[in-house]
Amino acid sequence: MSLWSWPSNLFFVLGIPALQETIQLDEAGMVEALQRGDEAVFSAVMEAYSGSLLRLAMSFVPSRAVAEEVVQETWMGVLEGIGRFEGRSSFKTWLFRILTNRAKTRGTRERRYEPFGLPGSDSDGDDGPSLEDSLFVTEGSGKGHWADPPQGWEPDTPERALLGKECRLAIEQAIGGLPDNQRQVITLRDVEGVSAEEVCNILTISETNQRVLLHRARTKVRRVLDPYVRGEQS
Amino acid sequence: MAMDRNFKQQLMAYMAGNFSCREVAALITDYLEGTFTLSQRLRFQMHMGLCMACRNYLRQMKYTVATLRQLPTEPVPPEVKKALMKRFQAWKHEQSSQSSSPDL
Repeated sequence: MSLWSWPSNLFFVLGIPALQETIQLDEAGMVEALQRGDEAVFSAVMEAYSGSLLRLAMSFVPSRAVAEEVVQETWMGVLEGIGRFEGRSSFKTWLFRILTNRAKTRGTRERRYEPFGLPGSDSDGDDGPSLEDSLFVTEGSGKGHWADPPQGWEPDTPERALLGKECRLAIEQAIGGLPDNQRQVITLRDVEGVSAEEVCNILTISETNQRVLLHRARTKVRRVLDPYVRGEQS
Repeated sequence: MAMDRNFKQQLMAYMAGNFSCREVAALITDYLEGTFTLSQRLRFQMHMGLCMACRNYLRQMKYTVATLRQLPTEPVPPEVKKALMKRFQAWKHEQSSQSSSPDL
């Protein structure tokens, strides 16, 4: 049985301020507690994951209100299915899969979600080059080299950079502005730290497609982050 | 010390099979995701050894990924939490009545 990697490799710590206590459970213990209907554990798990679920739901449906409904439906799905959960995937992956299935259904109904790789459609609605042509020299002896070579970032730790509200908002907006498929992949792979294999599984896409979408998404987020890390914007 | 750019370009032009900066930038996610063949990895690393701009770019991409991983999530709105706990209690009630009903 794999243990959750967050916040430690050994234990998932459920902080429940209302009860003024902390429950320490490994994943098997947590699933067992949910199966027997432990309210405190459900409350803590729901608090721990709803933010992540909402972020992912927003990439499938057109509005925050619908995304919140999808998150609620996902928790209902968890209650319906927890008795049959066998731990073949991590709980988190299972949770994201439930959300994805429900969000796709809602997204289709709301005419937003289009499955990956429909015949005749772009894989991600973004067929252009992942890096602007202007970044590289296109002619002459320097062809293929940086037109404006990247400078060394001398960043604070990512945690400190994110303390800047504007920087955090800029990243959120950059993610929000990505084509849906790129947004789903970068949310799962980078923001949530789901493995590449599990991302492919959850979104039912090929490994190659996953990497292409991830690359395009990361490239755009890097570009948005650049002025903040270089101190051009606070 | 930064290598003279023209010298670097000339040197790299002589190294048959080496990646250009543009190719390195396009392949950076494949590298980070560990999908390179041995030959690709050697060519990539050979380029990195010579090119400070691409080393900078690789560091920037790694930093971007690390920053995304630290992005905070927003807390559950109290009304959503309340609604969910109500539904949980209803589910639990249903479960307990189902498990006791066969004996009736």
